Amino acid sequence: MLGEGILKGMAETAKNFAGSFVSKERLTTVEYPEERIAPAENARVFPFLVYDTENWESGLRCVACQICEKECPPKCIYIDKSKDKKPDYVGKQQFYPTRFDIDISVCMSCQICVEVCPFEAIKMDTQFELATDDRFGGLLLDREQLAKSNEYYHEIHPTEASEVDARLAEEKAKVEAKAKAAEAAAAKAAADAATKNAAPAPPTQAKPEGGQD
Amino acid sequence: MIDKADQIFVLLQHWLVSFLPLALQQPAAVLLGVIGIVCVFPAIFALTTVFERKGLGRIQNRLGPNRVGPFGFMQPIADAIKSLTKEDVVPSTANGPVHFLAPVGLVVAVFMGFAVLPVGRNMVLVDMDAGLLFFFAMGASTEVSVFMAGWSSRNKYSLLGAMRAVAQMISYEVVLLLSSVAVVMITGSLSLTKIVEAQNQYTGIFPHWYIFTPWGLAGFVMYAIAATAETNRSPFDLPEGESELVAGYHTEYSGFKFALFFLGEYLAMLSISGLGTTLFLGGWSAPLSFLTFMPSWFWFFSKLMMSIFVFIWMRGTLPRLRQDQLMNFAWKFVLPFTLLDLFVTALWRFMGQGLLRWIVCSVILLAAYVIMGRVAMVRKHFGPRRYRYAE
Amino acid sequence: MTVIFYLIAAITVAGGLAAVLLKNLVHCALAVTIAFGGIALLFLSLDAQFAGFVQILVYIGAVAILIVFAILLTRGSDVPKDGVFSPTWLTGVAIASAVFAVMGWAVINSVNAIPQLAAVPHVTVHDIGVALVGSYVLPLEILALLLTAATVGAVIVAMHEKGGSE
Repeated sequence: MLGEGILKGMAETAKNFAGSFVSKERLTTVEYPEERIAPAENARVFPFLVYDTENWESGLRCVACQICEKECPPKCIYIDKSKDKKPDYVGKQQFYPTRFDIDISVCMSCQICVEVCPFEAIKMDTQFELATDDRFGGLLLDREQLAKSNEYYHEIHPTEASEVDARLAEEKAKVEAKAKAAEAAAAKAAADAATKNAAPAPPTQAKPEGGQD
Repeated sequence: MIDKADQIFVLLQHWLVSFLPLALQQPAAVLLGVIGIVCVFPAIFALTTVFERKGLGRIQNRLGPNRVGPFGFMQPIADAIKSLTKEDVVPSTANGPVHFLAPVGLVVAVFMGFAVLPVGRNMVLVDMDAGLLFFFAMGASTEVSVFMAGWSSRNKYSLLGAMRAVAQMISYEVVLLLSSVAVVMITGSLSLTKIVEAQNQYTGIFPHWYIFTPWGLAGFVMYAIAATAETNRSPFDLPEGESELVAGYHTEYSGFKFALFFLGEYLAMLSISGLGTTLFLGGWSAPLSFLTFMPSWFWFFSKLMMSIFVFIWMRGTLPRLRQDQLMNFAWKFVLPFTLLDLFVTALWRFMGQGLLRWIVCSVILLAAYVIMGRVAMVRKHFGPRRYRYAE
Repeated sequence: MTVIFYLIAAITVAGGLAAVLLKNLVHCALAVTIAFGGIALLFLSLDAQFAGFVQILVYIGAVAILIVFAILLTRGSDVPKDGVFSPTWLTGVAIASAVFAVMGWAVINSVNAIPQLAAVPHVTVHDIGVALVGSYVLPLEILALLLTAATVGAVIVAMHEKGGSE
């Protein structure tokens, strides 16, 4: 009948109007900045450096291999390698970056640096409220600003962080096992050598005594 | 006490005027009435803009403006400050005087229309015998200023928008007048106060509003359609919606002149709703006979705000009509139906009291509606679109 | 009362003069709209409510719009090259003055011929309506016929143009 569509339409909008006061699905507005939507787990904005222990300088996982600097498409990473070494999470002596700058006005959030890092040292952050009125250095994040703890990493990407932790623990366990095996072998060898040195020759008195040396 | 509340504004006016010498009292009373109109209706306009934005927002699953003031109700003040401080850009090739006078003409013509609306018992600024005619005369004057605005902008698209707006306004003006003629026929007078008084009677608890009669309902629907089209309101807002697409007749206006156009359009909406309330919804009379203790002006403004809400609701629901659809609708559906409504009104008038006239009038109108609906639907080719190319 | 009359008369005459003296044709159309408004005010000052409001409704609301539509659709809004005054303007002024003199003489003589009534009868819209369908019903019907013929003719002319071009 003529006019039926109009009436149905008006009923629908009336439902919307009334429903917007009572149900959340009819009023999906999130009033920023008082309320915020939690970012999804896979959200990524700009990279950050992970550190393991309390001290960000000593616990930094980055070993300044400079692979991310070379792979970065817009070349927004600047790394200065150190001259000396410090031990990493498995105890091996590694270099460390004395300067690690990311220019986030250039960074395009492609995540290539994360994909190529062999040391799980650089991961993607989810913070986007980084606007600043300092035109000349405000968007160049240095090592200290980029270093964030492993606990923070667990907060923003829980599944990923657990995976990474599991892998690193596995590596560490392997290395330790190898070390222990090597130690055991070395100990065994030493023990063998010692027993070999200390123990007298078996009843081979027919041999001349000069053969003992 | 109830009487005092009802007549409070009249009593206030008399008290204020009594301070002056006798010779000046009549002009002073009129001046006070004018001041009242100029203060009250733009305030309602401000409220309407907030209601519109918040209402449309809620219809569209979002909040409206809610930062300025509690729940955003101070938004019109922010808008006013913005429009006052914006730069007034006038195109260099535009026709100076005409460009300046167009919004002035619009606002003046629209404000004049409020002079004959009875907003309450004994509360009409000028009680004219030909009040309805005066109102429509003022409504017709707005078309000239719309044209002036479009032509003086020296802009092809503004001119086109203005022509379309004027064509639309003229077509629906006829419908507006004819649907009001039905009311005048039954009341026997063009004076708006008499029309309201004729509707202010009650049988039992139900009022004698014209909308509760078959011809009144049909007339009201036609009047509402015509009123929406007269004030360029969605879904008939092609002349002003074009400003979102290409241009409209108030494209080249900025700052306060645009605010004046905006004011004029919304005030026209308010005044035409006020007239519709007066003609069909009983003006200031209460809906049920035991509610007459509430002041008459309260009922008038409630009905006015309800009409505004229905306007806002329609705006949020219906898509815009194209120019040819609009004109076809006016001349091929609304106008014949209004003429039929006039005939049915005459039938009602001369048939005498009783149930028979209710049945006959309702049947005629319903049959006409259904038949016209069928006819209109049949000519639509609901299939793959066929194209007609220009040669 | 005469102050108001002179004021309204000044507006009307100014509008009329502007309508013939201005260069831009649309300005002239808007000036003639002001003249229409002045005439409506004159009607209202003589307490002829119906005539005044219908003057506004019909002349300003419809006839003025018609004039401007006609001007715009026929591209007459460009300023003519030869100026707006025709070379035979002296003859025009002479004929116009002659016509005005004849009409003025007729009006003054008729005013003297009609006996002055004590009070002007107050004519309401009701009376006009009763007169229209009572004693003047034949002119009313002829007018309606005339308007219908005009409308039908306009539609036919417009349709013919579309038919002719195809």
